[in-house]
Amino acid sequence: MTAPAPSPRPQRSRLERLAEALLEGLIRLSGVSAIVFVLAIFFFVFREAAPVVFSRNFDLWKFLFSIEWYPTSASNVRYGTFALTVGSFAVTALAMAIAVPFGLGAAIYLSEFCGRRLRETLKIVIELLSAIPSVVWGFIALTVTSKLVVDATGAAVGVNVLNGGVVLALMSVPIIVSIGEDALKAVPDSYREAALALGATRWQVVYRVLLPAARNGLLAAVLLGVGRAVGETMAVLMATGHAVHIPGSLLDSVRTLTANIAAELGEAPVGSDHYRVLFLTGVLLFCITFAVNIIADLAIRGVRRRG
Amino acid sequence: MPSAPQFRRRVGLTLAAALSFACAGGREAAGPVTVIQNKGSDTMVNVAQAWAEEYALVAPQVKIEVSGGGSGVGIAALIKGAVDIANASRNIKDEEVEQVRLNTGQDPRDIVVGFDALAVYVHKDNPLVHLDRKTLAGIFGEHGTIERWSELGVSFPGVADDRIVRVSRQSSSGTFEFFRSWVVGKNDFKLGSRDLNGSKEVVELVGHTLTAIGFSGMGYATPAVKMLGLADAPGATPVPPSLDAVLDGSYPLARSLHLYTLGEPKGATQAYIDWILSEPGQQVVARSGYVPVPPSARTAAGAGTATR
Repeated sequence: MTAPAPSPRPQRSRLERLAEALLEGLIRLSGVSAIVFVLAIFFFVFREAAPVVFSRNFDLWKFLFSIEWYPTSASNVRYGTFALTVGSFAVTALAMAIAVPFGLGAAIYLSEFCGRRLRETLKIVIELLSAIPSVVWGFIALTVTSKLVVDATGAAVGVNVLNGGVVLALMSVPIIVSIGEDALKAVPDSYREAALALGATRWQVVYRVLLPAARNGLLAAVLLGVGRAVGETMAVLMATGHAVHIPGSLLDSVRTLTANIAAELGEAPVGSDHYRVLFLTGVLLFCITFAVNIIADLAIRGVRRRG
Repeated sequence: MPSAPQFRRRVGLTLAAALSFACAGGREAAGPVTVIQNKGSDTMVNVAQAWAEEYALVAPQVKIEVSGGGSGVGIAALIKGAVDIANASRNIKDEEVEQVRLNTGQDPRDIVVGFDALAVYVHKDNPLVHLDRKTLAGIFGEHGTIERWSELGVSFPGVADDRIVRVSRQSSSGTFEFFRSWVVGKNDFKLGSRDLNGSKEVVELVGHTLTAIGFSGMGYATPAVKMLGLADAPGATPVPPSLDAVLDGSYPLARSLHLYTLGEPKGATQAYIDWILSEPGQQVVARSGYVPVPPSARTAAGAGTATR
């Protein structure tokens, strides 16, 4: 009576297997969807812009390197975005010059030097800061900080690069702080203990051990801050004065690529050259952020190889 | 972006259905509410909102949904058939008329409902009283050479930097196009002006900038600014900015406000436009800081709507 019994391994029901396959498919889909969305956005933005790129009287060189932006001229329409690109870079660079030291400093303080109670309070306040909508920042820029800028510098107009940079810095600091703090917290405590055991001071621990160990996360924090600053629209529109002008000083008004799109797309007749050039400006912005990301990625790899 | 107009179109269809029900059902007073979609010029959004509120008291069964976005946005919505009435503070462009025909098979109907008068603003402490068009072209025009207040004989004691701060509107706004065409005709403005996004912002910035000059609607004046008289040519007598001067046509910087419909307005839309052109509707125009259509021109503008 020793009949070979079939393996007693429990078989799952058909329904269960189906459900699992379905779930797996769903998860795969959401993974792929990120790529699909990015490509689709690029495709649709470029599709709106394409007719003007391939039209005969369009000059790519002038689009990129002329400062003459006359989209609604009655006699001589010119689409030069150079002043807008410079404006975007100027405001972003100033914002980062302010936000990176403050943001990373705050992140280091929160993660390494701060008592637990104070840390919890500070984190709540910083999260609150990042929850303020950008149009409210714009309001503050227009009505509060612009007057402070006039009082402090004697500039004729308070809406300028300095004002825009300060407001963008205020907007990107919370992002840099919270992601930077996460990156520092992710460094294993054994690193800190080893460094302290070797007789390092707290500052040496931070400078020699934590910053190199957390560099990828910190760079990501800075990059997200840059992303916020480059992509910001409403606040810079209200804060910078919106003048097509290559800034000669911090007290000059400028216009950024994003603010220009926001201000003009609503009034540009759908399908007109102006409308399409604004979409092309969107493509330009897309390329700039793409380039920034790739450079940062390569930089990280370079650092890793050397390290 | 595309979902909003689609949604509105769907609402529009439902409304059309509701409307035909209402017509078929005869005069059931408590019948379904008719909604009129109204969109366009930011210059006109306040007056359009005031019309809608006032009209709700006159005809409670009609609901007017007003939104802004700009003259171009309103006309674009009209092209898509997503609105019943588009507001525009400029004339419809030929290419837009073409698109309306292409898309809907109908001609846009133009109804003038009031006038908007622009004023040239300076800070209240600026001693200047009036300017002529040629000087304005020197300040604002592309090849204009006037950069400093001292060139106009204006000095501000204690201010070292007397460069003129030009305050303008974004180049696609109706206000900008109107002002530019008066000052320099088909030519362009100098780059480097502060191009703000709203009429109120212009007055606000001029109001707290001593060396600024800007243009905006007359209705936006505040105690912090001063409106300049305008002259068409250097020798001509400057006309002070006033409602009378706008009405008798002597003030040069005034333009008409339009409503556009697809074909002749019908049904509730027609009744609404007739009401806007009637005395109560025109009083709203005056209260919003604009100039009403004179009664003689009113019948002419509304002739098409009144007879049909």
